[in-house]
Amino acid sequence: MPTVGVLALQGDFREHLNVLTGLGCDTRSVRTIQELDQVEALIIPGGESTTIGKFVVRFGLLEPLRTRIENGMPAYGTCAGMIFMAAAVTEGHQPLLGSLDVVVERNAFGRQNDSFEADLDIAGFDRPFPGVFIRAPWVTKAGAGVDVLATIEGHPVMVRQGRILASSFHPELTNDDRIHRMFIESI
Amino acid sequence: MERGTDRVKRGLAEMLKGGVIMDVVTADQARIAEEAGAVAVMALERVPADIRKAGGVARMADPAKVEEIQQAVTIPVMAKCRIGHFAEARVLAALGVDYIDESEVLTPADNEHHIDKWAFTTPFVCGARNLGEALRRIGEGAAMIRTKGEAGTGNVVEAVTHMRSVTNELRRLTQLGEEQLMSAARDLGAPYELVRELHQTGRLPVVNFAAGGIATPADAALMMALGVDGVFVGSGIFKSSDPPGYARAIVEATTFWNDPEVVAKVSRGLGEAMPGLEIDKIPPAEKLAERGW
Repeated sequence: MPTVGVLALQGDFREHLNVLTGLGCDTRSVRTIQELDQVEALIIPGGESTTIGKFVVRFGLLEPLRTRIENGMPAYGTCAGMIFMAAAVTEGHQPLLGSLDVVVERNAFGRQNDSFEADLDIAGFDRPFPGVFIRAPWVTKAGAGVDVLATIEGHPVMVRQGRILASSFHPELTNDDRIHRMFIESI
Repeated sequence: MERGTDRVKRGLAEMLKGGVIMDVVTADQARIAEEAGAVAVMALERVPADIRKAGGVARMADPAKVEEIQQAVTIPVMAKCRIGHFAEARVLAALGVDYIDESEVLTPADNEHHIDKWAFTTPFVCGARNLGEALRRIGEGAAMIRTKGEAGTGNVVEAVTHMRSVTNELRRLTQLGEEQLMSAARDLGAPYELVRELHQTGRLPVVNFAAGGIATPADAALMMALGVDGVFVGSGIFKSSDPPGYARAIVEATTFWNDPEVVAKVSRGLGEAMPGLEIDKIPPAEKLAERGW
């Protein structure tokens, strides 16, 4: 099994680590460049994307992360992780990796009162996936190399570009590990 | 599509873990908090230290204040209502705040009852001094718990006491036999089903933050080391001599609580922390943690 890291600066990194451990992966919490060097793939968890972005910059992880992903390290971002990997956000300024060729709208469904659960059809899955959307973003523009794997009311909420996977929902908060498994199989 | 489920209410708190939630009273303060890396802000009319000083009845903030702060930042905005004051809570829900704090820092509106939080789509956070109190609030529908501590004092001792109490009682619960759980529920004054659940899992079913008296980066690191999931800082930031500096330092110490070199680095030359209060110098009637049950 591969060594998979979870960026552990802020957010629900523990939930991702638990899923990965359950699937038999060797896991690492990643907070430093040294820890990043030890992993074959990386999950960027849910959390506050502005907070995670600021930490990545302050602790010198922005360029190393960008370079690793450019050089083919598989990466999966959930919610804040999806935003952080994007090329641009529709509003405001915040540090972004720019590895994933999409424009993302933050809090696209609204505030917390509009957070919701919905069963989701995902390309390649034979039954619906329990989608947990919390102040979730969606993709407003996707580049030519980006495959849309799932949508809600026409808005892309899960995408893949080569070895980069991103979802605006939180599989780590459910008991369904199919997306994590799909990610691990791509390593 | 289902809104307001347990999973999305508790889930937002999961996203705030490892972060700092800061009390703010203006849009400018909210921007300073966001810039420093806060994961959320608590929109207030006055910080607890000023509420303590002002005396009188402390109420929900003016909706104009809440909206001003909502417009200033993209991170979640929380706001406080009085214990038991479900009409204030409905107003905050209508304003679209992301979390409602049913808070002992404001003057209680009901001496017997807390709000039925299941009735809301908006999630609630509530304070607790011990496990029984935490489970009563969760039983009423709270989706997040925080220690009460003693707000507005800049003194962390009560938050430490409350967190240690929750941890000790949790540990004890996991050691009990099945046949002891009903009397444990009676002694804790907690719902039996939750007591059974904790007996199995050994942990609270919701996120638990520290609050009440956190004033320095080392205070935040201490609370994280005691096992909280994140930190509320009330008066500690905007009553210090350097709010942007304190805000950023406390955020970094919360993430790197287990790395004393980082905590040392961010604490260096920070300037004066907020003025502190000794707990036993506070008249019993002015102790905020005693409000609610």
